[in-house]
Amino acid sequence: MNSLKRKDLLDIQSLSTEEINLICRSAKYFKDMFTRSVKSVPVLRGKTVCTLFYEPSTRTRLSFDLAAKRLSADLINFTVSTSSVVKGESLIDTVHTLEAMKVDYIVMRHAASMAPHFLSKNINASVINAGDGFHAHPTQALLDAYSILEKRGSIEGLHIGIVGDIRHSRVARSDIEAFKKLGAKVTLCGPPTLVPDEFRIYGVDISYSLDDLLPHLDVINLLRMQKERQRGSLFPSLREYHKNFALTVERFRRCRPDIIIMHPGPINRGIELDNAIVDLPNTIINEQVTNGVAVRMSIFYLLAGGAPLENLPEEQG
Amino acid sequence: MKIVIKNGRVIDPATGTDAMLDVLIEDDRIRQLSAGIKVGEGSGVIDASGCLVLPGLIDMHVHFREPGREDVETIIGGSMVAARSGFTSVCTMANTTPPIDNQALVRFIKLEAEKGPISVFPIAAVTKGLQGEEISEMGELINAGAVAFSDDGRPISSSILMRRALEYSRMFDVPILSHAEDLELTDEGIMNEGFNSTLLGLKGIPGESEEIIISRDSLLARLSKGRLHVCHVSTGGSVGIIRNAKQAGIRVTCETAPHYFSLTDDAVADQLSMAKMKPPLRTETDRLAIIEGLKSGVIDVIATDHAPHSLNEKMQELEYAPFGIIGLETAVPLIITVLVKDNGFSYIEAFEKITINPARILKLPKGEIKAGAEADITIINPERKVLVDEEFLVSKCKNTPFMGRELYGSVEYTISNGNIVYTRK
Repeated sequence: MNSLKRKDLLDIQSLSTEEINLICRSAKYFKDMFTRSVKSVPVLRGKTVCTLFYEPSTRTRLSFDLAAKRLSADLINFTVSTSSVVKGESLIDTVHTLEAMKVDYIVMRHAASMAPHFLSKNINASVINAGDGFHAHPTQALLDAYSILEKRGSIEGLHIGIVGDIRHSRVARSDIEAFKKLGAKVTLCGPPTLVPDEFRIYGVDISYSLDDLLPHLDVINLLRMQKERQRGSLFPSLREYHKNFALTVERFRRCRPDIIIMHPGPINRGIELDNAIVDLPNTIINEQVTNGVAVRMSIFYLLAGGAPLENLPEEQG
Repeated sequence: MKIVIKNGRVIDPATGTDAMLDVLIEDDRIRQLSAGIKVGEGSGVIDASGCLVLPGLIDMHVHFREPGREDVETIIGGSMVAARSGFTSVCTMANTTPPIDNQALVRFIKLEAEKGPISVFPIAAVTKGLQGEEISEMGELINAGAVAFSDDGRPISSSILMRRALEYSRMFDVPILSHAEDLELTDEGIMNEGFNSTLLGLKGIPGESEEIIISRDSLLARLSKGRLHVCHVSTGGSVGIIRNAKQAGIRVTCETAPHYFSLTDDAVADQLSMAKMKPPLRTETDRLAIIEGLKSGVIDVIATDHAPHSLNEKMQELEYAPFGIIGLETAVPLIITVLVKDNGFSYIEAFEKITINPARILKLPKGEIKAGAEADITIINPERKVLVDEEFLVSKCKNTPFMGRELYGSVEYTISNGNIVYTRK
């Protein structure tokens, strides 16, 4: 396979295992570039990337912005406040405006699941999903997969636990799909209100006891707990959630010594994980952020028809 | 004016007739039903060779959006769509703007419909303003021409109010048509809760949201001895609850819509908002249970729940798009293709659900082919294929998940009140 033979990157489900591996291999090339004095390449020179965010986001947007800039693309940002959705311009009209401006790539974040899929059917530009509702966050899953690959060389056979609010998590859905495609065993962990049985369709196990699960894990991915879920009676209190499902120092002692600890950010210290866990060598939260930029560069590059990149040539002079 | 329909296969579920017979229509009445009717001078002739000759079809659940959203559909426009689709009678739901909760509005619908090609029977609101708080003036509404009561589009959440509505309506012997949905359990769901909603990250509506209210309403029908008719049954669980209620002697009838026996929630990923309706498309298990319910007679009626929405409203993010699809044009093709061809229904089993059964439930003088009956006849060629495309769909709004499908069952003629109101070109 030479490049991504597709217009859009909408979800992990529609990607083949080869495509995931291809993205990760090229990401390595771009990551190696970050250690150089000149961190940009002219791959997307003359192309225009628009980030279209219907939901607030800082890190994902920054990561896409940086990725586009390091590839020398022209970048525009479009933020639509959620409150204006109802009375304002429709998504279709907004995007036709962008299309009239000859935008090549639309990076979209939207609170409504399937919004990028709806968009991609009605527009010629490439659509990259930066997170839609509870549905998918494919670039996060690809950077998570890349981050594990970087540490372990392979995901095949690893036991990965995903802990927290699985029900409302696009990261969880995309992570599960990516990890399963790469051969991992995946166990979901959280209270039944947040880990519905229907998730078994992905071929995962479900555990309601983090204590039982922890000693078996090679990787643990802790999801951000949204305080507002408490209002829907999905869990009674953050205190009880922390007691049952937080990665505490005490629990860490019962983990495999080489366990990889991940979090998609932003973290809630003292809720999903204790302060001291953040600074452990096992914890790769900051590397995930670095890798996010490389993986997003790789995605832009491959969607633009770039050939696979393996090794970085020696830096000149 | 005389018309003889010759060489057709007459299917009259009311009498169990399935025979090669000719039909003589004189003015607005059927005069004769027998073999070899001679065509007199000045009589029109319809050659129905290879076709089914059916009582004019009755759709007891449509939304024509007038008054209030005439941009989307009107009473006359909707009636013309119905005529093109083989229907000679429709019942319009009350959830217009303003809702049909007073006699003046019932009369308005009747008057407006007189200009159209078919019979329109208004269903009036159970509660004033569809607010679910006080029952409407049922007697006045019936005097004005309402044939049943429903707050369809939303449930009657209050159990005591549903009880009173079932009790009060007893003196008119009309059914209360229940949109069975527990809104709290639906929460903000937009599709069936299950594997597909999990995969798509969309909020789910569990089948129990429907089944809990059907259970409640069945028990309230037992308590009140009123007549309950359950709208748009979509789950196997609902079929089971209604079967039990019927066996217990409770006065309950029910309907399903063609999309519930034709599609599952697998359609949502591809069709997006075109596959969004309430209740939502369910699973294959449910679809098969709906077919079984139709076959066994637990489900009495097929009604389309024809719900036009403008393209602007539908061409939005799935979560923001309104619930509902159109159903009139595709009803006959889906009945022929899915029930008759794929599932071995006899024509009588299939078409009783859309002729005599709704007529009996609503006590309409319709749904039969016999001498003296009103001359409402639908002629269908079950072997002719139709392609569901922009041209085939004559509704103002083309919000359907069946676009592009090729189906069996072409409506050839629709005769309403003795007039040929549709002829296939």
